[in-house]
Amino acid sequence: MTDGATALSAPVPQGAAFTKPVPEGEPILQIRDLVKHFPLTQGVVVKKQIGAVKAVDGVSFDLRKGETLGIVGESGCGKSTLAKVLMNLEPATSGSVRYKGEEISRLSGAALKAVRRNIQMVFQDPYTSLNPRMTVGDIIGEPYEIHPEVAPKGERRKAVQDLLDVVGLNPEYINRYPHQFSGGQRQRIGIARGLALKPEVIICDEPVSALDVSVQAQVINLLEKLQNEFELSYIFIAHDLSIVRHISDRVGVMYLGKMVEIGSDLEIYDHATHPYTQALLSAVPVPDPAARQVRDRIVLTGDVPSPADPPSGCRFRTRCWKAQERCAIEEPLLAVPSWLDGLAAHESACHFAAEREIEQSAAEREIEQSAAERGAEGGTEAETERAAGQEDGSADGDDAR
Amino acid sequence: MSSSSTSAQPREATADTVESPLLEVRDLHVEFRTRDGVAKAVNGVNYSVRAGETLAILGESGSGKSVTAQAVMGILDSPPGFVTGGQIVFKGRDLLTLGKEDRRKVRGSQMAMIFQDALSSLNPVHSVGSQLGEMYRVHKGSSRQDAKAKAIELMDRVRIPAAKARVGDYPHQFSGGMRQRIMIAMALALEPDLIIADEPTTALDVTVQAQVMDLLAELQGEYHMGLILITHDLGVVADVADKIAVMYAGRIVETAPVHELYAKPAHPYTRGLLDSIPRLDQKGQELYAIKGLPPNLLRIPPGCAFNPRCPRAQEICRTTVPPLFEVTDEAGTPRPGRASACHFWKETLDD
Repeated sequence: MTDGATALSAPVPQGAAFTKPVPEGEPILQIRDLVKHFPLTQGVVVKKQIGAVKAVDGVSFDLRKGETLGIVGESGCGKSTLAKVLMNLEPATSGSVRYKGEEISRLSGAALKAVRRNIQMVFQDPYTSLNPRMTVGDIIGEPYEIHPEVAPKGERRKAVQDLLDVVGLNPEYINRYPHQFSGGQRQRIGIARGLALKPEVIICDEPVSALDVSVQAQVINLLEKLQNEFELSYIFIAHDLSIVRHISDRVGVMYLGKMVEIGSDLEIYDHATHPYTQALLSAVPVPDPAARQVRDRIVLTGDVPSPADPPSGCRFRTRCWKAQERCAIEEPLLAVPSWLDGLAAHESACHFAAEREIEQSAAEREIEQSAAERGAEGGTEAETERAAGQEDGSADGDDAR
Repeated sequence: MSSSSTSAQPREATADTVESPLLEVRDLHVEFRTRDGVAKAVNGVNYSVRAGETLAILGESGSGKSVTAQAVMGILDSPPGFVTGGQIVFKGRDLLTLGKEDRRKVRGSQMAMIFQDALSSLNPVHSVGSQLGEMYRVHKGSSRQDAKAKAIELMDRVRIPAAKARVGDYPHQFSGGMRQRIMIAMALALEPDLIIADEPTTALDVTVQAQVMDLLAELQGEYHMGLILITHDLGVVADVADKIAVMYAGRIVETAPVHELYAKPAHPYTRGLLDSIPRLDQKGQELYAIKGLPPNLLRIPPGCAFNPRCPRAQEICRTTVPPLFEVTDEAGTPRPGRASACHFWKETLDD
């Protein structure tokens, strides 16, 4: 492992992180080294900056056409700020967001308006994101006021009713007010508003976390149906990892303003190499009571440190069980660790990136043993795999989790 | 900590009530009288919890799970909410027949509640120490100094680091997970026999959720408390519950021990809920979704309330309200703790 670690310490140029082939299609959004700091000031008359909340601190990724990129992480990790900066609702401190090659942060006026039409957002909280004094028809139709070219005045009512129908609400509800709907229905209104301008990218910020399980499934299906129908690209921000896995083609894991690991859903969920991802995945409650004894959970101690004063070096080191001196000095870059191969070889920002060796419970061992006995002659696949894993000493337990 | 001396019933009484349920809710009815009409939020709910047992109440919003808990706690907003029938038997006494003052003595010292949103449940203008100490000052008449010492002890118990230094801090100075710990500490303060946790981890991140649920389970074991866990998260339920009651439109539609419920649900609604969880082998496919929306409580459909959304609905479902049938195995022996309010529970079970 030490050999591999030294190999990584060679400086990796920024932006070179994206050499790996990702799903086909042209990138519709390119985000490079995006930074968003919120200044902390002191003084009333003469304001002096005493620091900054580093909400997003150097994030890079691509979003391709028709793709869903899931972004997961704990609250306070900068997911929602990232969404706002992508929408240009908050100006970025530095870095670039390109929509079809065009730099968003430099646009203004009509050009910005045109780009914004194509990037829409579905917000987290359906209770505060809908104006209580407006009817549903006005809420969903409001985007048409700004972009009248999408639906001429006479057709707006019809367009809104179609949208209501598309998101599974009764078109007759057009004159109702938000308080007359349940939380789930309100979120559908939010989705209808996001769809109104027929955008190419929709940024969904926790779109289903406020919904009931049965309704969540409906909304997820709806989002997938709409994606196929209109070739939408989604940035899907959520903390429910099983839903993110279901809907996403690629998944990025954020911690304290940094992307710590990014890869295809298979790479992240079954071959996570960053300790934070592993802890996050192991903490997800599994809806199967039989898994109670079998689970090997990493319970992280403590809370996320303050983004105003993040730890030096690797930001996760204060909660990491693998942390060493090096982690405090040198910041790990998001790159493919050279010592890993197969599905484990995806971008991971850890000096000691490795797949997790699951400590097997007695029950699991028993199952494996009986399997081994049954296929004793040939040696079972699992066994050979395990043996191979032990040889190179890094990648083991492919069937982790 | 000494036992609750001011409580109406001495603590020793628990010893001989261990076998009989700690709390038994019988045929509870709650309605909300609103301008638009009467919303029947709870329509004949029965459940029981024993000491040391965890009962999970699973249901969507509007299923009446929280209202039932509020009725049990006696914190139902009234008006518009009214308990119109049933019994809430706690340690052998029907709480609904108690006067206001007696009820207040039970609340906090013998049963306590943990709310979902710790930030809005805590008073922002009082320090957490004084809010924790209030339990001792009000219920036990402790002095301010004693109350503060107890508050620090409690904060230590729920593993808030540097409790002594943080006892004077205000709720906004704590993180979400820490706030929820303070809520738990407050509920535990007088060592109640029953804790009702209403979506205790819904607002928390998964890593913090794991910490809080572990803490709750550990403390429950330590104090041998009954725990009613109200949630919509099938994952959390699978982790901690002993038995489950599934609620829909103000009724319990299925009860079962946790393993059996997940393995063989006997109600189409439970089955639908379980099927709508994203599974690995369904990646890229459409998720199973229960069609439609939960019913409006002002207009609960006739017959089985689930019939407009049910894939198995027949004529009888639209006319006759299914009673809570006892679920039996093929030989006809009842399965302990299992019941289903579906005319076709047998067919659902065999699916």
